[in-house]
Order: sequence, then C-alpha cells, then structure tokens
Amino acid sequence: MTTNHTPVPRTSSRPRKGGWESQWVGLLFVLPFMIGLTVLFIGPILAVPIMSLYNWVLPRAPEWIGLGNYARMGTDREVLHSVWVTVLFVVMLVPTNIILALGLALLLNVKAKALGFFRMALFSPVVVPLVAWALVWRFVLQPDFGLVNVLLGKLGIQGPNWLFEAPWALIAVVVCLVIEHVGMNMLIFLGALQNVPAEVHEAAKIDGANSSQTFFKVTLPLMSPTVFLTVIVTLIGALKSFAPIYVLTGGSDATSVLMVQMWKQGFKYFDFGYASGLSWLIFLVMLTLTWMQWQLRKRWVFYES
Amino acid sequence: MNLDRNVNRSSLRVVSNGVYYLVMLLLAVPFLFPTVWMFAASLKSDQEIFQNPLALIPQSISWTNFVRIFHDYPFAAQYFNSVYIAIVVTLCTLVIGALAGYGFARLRFPGKDFMFILCLSAMMLPSEALSIPQFALFKFLGLNNTHIPIILLQIFGGTGALAVFMMRQHFLTLPKELDEAALMDGLDRWGIFWKIMLPLARPVLVATAIFAFLNSWNDYFNPLVYLNSSEQYTLPLGLQTFTDPLGGVFWNLTLAASTLSTLPLLLAFLVAQRQFVQSMVGSGVKG
Repeated sequence: MTTNHTPVPRTSSRPRKGGWESQWVGLLFVLPFMIGLTVLFIGPILAVPIMSLYNWVLPRAPEWIGLGNYARMGTDREVLHSVWVTVLFVVMLVPTNIILALGLALLLNVKAKALGFFRMALFSPVVVPLVAWALVWRFVLQPDFGLVNVLLGKLGIQGPNWLFEAPWALIAVVVCLVIEHVGMNMLIFLGALQNVPAEVHEAAKIDGANSSQTFFKVTLPLMSPTVFLTVIVTLIGALKSFAPIYVLTGGSDATSVLMVQMWKQGFKYFDFGYASGLSWLIFLVMLTLTWMQWQLRKRWVFYES
Repeated sequence: MNLDRNVNRSSLRVVSNGVYYLVMLLLAVPFLFPTVWMFAASLKSDQEIFQNPLALIPQSISWTNFVRIFHDYPFAAQYFNSVYIAIVVTLCTLVIGALAGYGFARLRFPGKDFMFILCLSAMMLPSEALSIPQFALFKFLGLNNTHIPIILLQIFGGTGALAVFMMRQHFLTLPKELDEAALMDGLDRWGIFWKIMLPLARPVLVATAIFAFLNSWNDYFNPLVYLNSSEQYTLPLGLQTFTDPLGGVFWNLTLAASTLSTLPLLLAFLVAQRQFVQSMVGSGVKG
C-alpha cells in the first residue's frame, strides 16, 4: 500500500470508507445517550398525556376516564390554588432575580479594589448545596428562636411565622431562592456587560448621554439577547422549583406550587392518573411561556445587523 | 473571557469609593451570612444555638455534633452514597455526553437532526414532571429503593442533555481538517475521538464535570421518590433525618451535617474559582 498523501483540495471528495460505514458510525456515537434518553424521557413524555386519561390510584388497576382528570382539576380548589401560587411565585421570583442580577453586575463592573472578593461572595451561595442552604434559612426563619424574629424582637416587632403564614411563606421562599441563584445570572450579565465595546459608550458620551441614558438606551439593548435567554432559563428554573420549597415549608398551603401539588398527588396519595394530568399541565404552561417569550423577543431584543 | 479587563468606565464614576464599599459590604451580608453562620453554629452546643442565635463565634468550640452524626446516625453511609453516585454520574455523563456530542457535531447519520431536537427538548422540559411514568417503569423493573434510578435519571436527564449540547458546541468549533488529517493517517473514528478530540475538549469536559457533579450532589427529588431506607439516602435527604420521634429538629446536628455536605464544594470552588466561574458563565452565554 502506498502512502501518497497528495494534498487534496477542499472541494474534492475526501477519501471515505464505504458509504454504509460512514452512515452508521455516527449513529453508534450517539446511540448510548439516545437509548437512555428514549427509555427514560421520550417514552415518559409520551406516556404522561396517555396516563392522564386514566383513573389510576395505586394499587388499583388503571381505568379509562377520558378527560375526567382535567374536569376534576377545573373544580379542584387545591389545584386552582396551586395555579395561583405558581403565578405569584414566578411573578415575584423572576423579575427580582433578573433586576438584582443586573444591578449587582453593574456594581461589579467598575474598577475597584476587592472586586474579586465581592464577586466570590455574591456567587458563593450557588455552590452551597440547595438543601443545606434551605435548611439554614428554615432555622433562621423559625418563629420563636429564629434569627430574623429575634432581631425583629430587639426592635420591638413581633415577627410573623415566616414559613407558614400566607404572604410571608412565599416571600421567604423567593428571597431564599433569589439569594441562592442570583450569582449565576449576575456573572452572565457581567460577561455580557464587558462584551459591550468601549467605543459604543464613548460615542454615547460624545452625543451627550448621561450614564442612565447610556445604560437604558445603549448598554441594555446590546445585552438584550443575553437578558432574553436568562429570563427564559430563570423562568423555567422557577417553574421546576421543588426541593427548596419542600425543605423550607414542607409544601405548606401558602407555598404549594404546581410542582409540589403534583408531588403530593403522585407520591403521597399515589393518584397516578391525576398527577399525570398535573404534569401535563405543567408542561403546557412551560411550553406556552417559552413560546410567548419567543414571540415577545422580536419586539424588544436587539440584534446587531 | 477576562472579567477584570475592559471595565465600563462611564458607569458609577460619580459614586465615591467609600459609599461603594459600604454598599457592597452590606449587599454581601445576606449572601455570605447563612453559610458562615452554618459553619459557626455547627460548632455550638444545642442550647447555645437557641440561647444566642445571633452570635457568630461559638462560646466554646465543640466537635461533639460531628462525632454524633457519624456515631449515632448512618451519616457516613449517606456521605459515601452521595460521593460514589456523584462520581459515577460525572464519569458516565462525560463519556456518554462526549460521544454523542462528537457524533452530533462531526458525523452524518440518518435521523440526526430529529435526535438532536429530542436532546434539546430534554434540556428544556422539567424532568420532575415525568416522574410518574418513570416511577412506574422503575417499579416494574423492580429497581425501587436502589441507586440505579437516581444515577440513570441524572446521566440521561437534563444534565446529560446539557452535556451533549455543550460538547457538540465545542466540537463544532474545532477545524474540520483535524478529522480529515487523522483519517488519512489511518485512525478510525473511535481513535480520532479518543486520541484527538477528547484531549482537545478539556475545558468543556471540566465544565461538564462541574455541572454533573453539582447536579447529582444537589439532587433531591429523585432520592425522595425512589429511596425508602435511611442507609440508602444521599446527603440531601440525610440532612433532614436528625429529628426526634415527634418531628422536632436537632438543629445542631442538622447544621453540622449541612456543613459537611457544603465543605467539599466550597473548598473546590475556592481553589478553582476561575475555572468554576468561567465554565458556568461560558455555558450560559454560548447557547
């Protein structure tokens, strides 16, 4: 066999082994992942809507009831309450996270000493295991001996039962979660801020823009693709939240988001049909929100053309 | 990306340094305090935690909490479970994710686009909402109360799909000539993958490893669904087992255990801060 490696121009066909081989070799590479994905995720995605058409409470056998589970949801006060709590939760969490992340990124985007320390400090909760973080907050927010109420007591204020009273429990969960996760978005925004070319700012300055005008009219539009992506990821993350809520409040009434409700129906009451219906509802909500975001992006996302 | 360079000079110039540092220090308090306080409280006695919850420095340092969680509870087993599961998940995610990422980036095969879309959708959808059929499947296979569902669901779930996506993005950036030259030198696809592509993918492998390890270490939902006995528990569940028969929490033990579950991650973060931060940010922006 001769080894004549004449340089091949890029346009000509490069030496290939038999057609069938180059076709199937690629499949072999992705096969391990695709098999697992199909069995554990694609299958269940298809199974969820089908299971939701059955009345299936373990250990009884499933029984076809059509859209019965969905009809039941429409009149189930507990579920309707969960929908409302979920809306409140998302509406509180996502803007708080995004605005705080932007603000912190701006504060870190200056020349100052000890920036590394502040960046590390604000990011560090991301590395603390979620359950450990939630447990510390649960202690700090205990009604009698918790740190927050002890402090409030010194000011002469009787603090609420943070984790179980109606508005406070949800607020407590949001604050706990925002502080845990905002460092991530902050860093992403910091990266985006530093990718805005310096000339753009100089041009705005020459045109007489003050710093807030520069930020809202120049910097923010340039960052908008990043902001858009971050909002979607945060939104989806918020809808998925389960562990911190469950650890903090045990999924109490005031914090019973849809995910908690689904868990209760599925793994506490073993009402698999109904829980599947709720899963499907969560899917649809997430798909709708993602789709809406996608539509809205055309209005306010700036792309360099 | 260098986070220190290319600083935006126009913003915040007006704010004097003193005010700036004061604001930053005040802001840092709610971020640092819970962790620092957790470390401090883990060294306090039960009474002291309640007597003076505000104190950061314990009156007398006692290690009894740490002794007790290992002595009186299956905490060592739970710790071991978390460590070995996270290592298995990380290694498998790296190998399986890199293989698939390379396949999607560099090779052609029937159904590729469709499969990649499936992979992307697995990244977006909440895997917890699939838990009912998954539970039914594992129950049917008789794998409940084992670690297998927890490991498999991590490798092939959102984390796995994210790994495939990150790997694909990385392999797409490498020049095509690399594969072609290697093919002509007589390497087959498998050889190219192991000897050329994988060594070049080190940064993205590190980022993926961090994600996989963190996600596995933090996984709460799946252990809650699949595990029944406290010897089988992983740390997120184990941290909640320090209770008296009436359900009251032994806070000193809980906080000591929480400290031990946080320590390895925090130390790793402090040592490899730059790598950590950049891998996280990079994966968020390049999407």
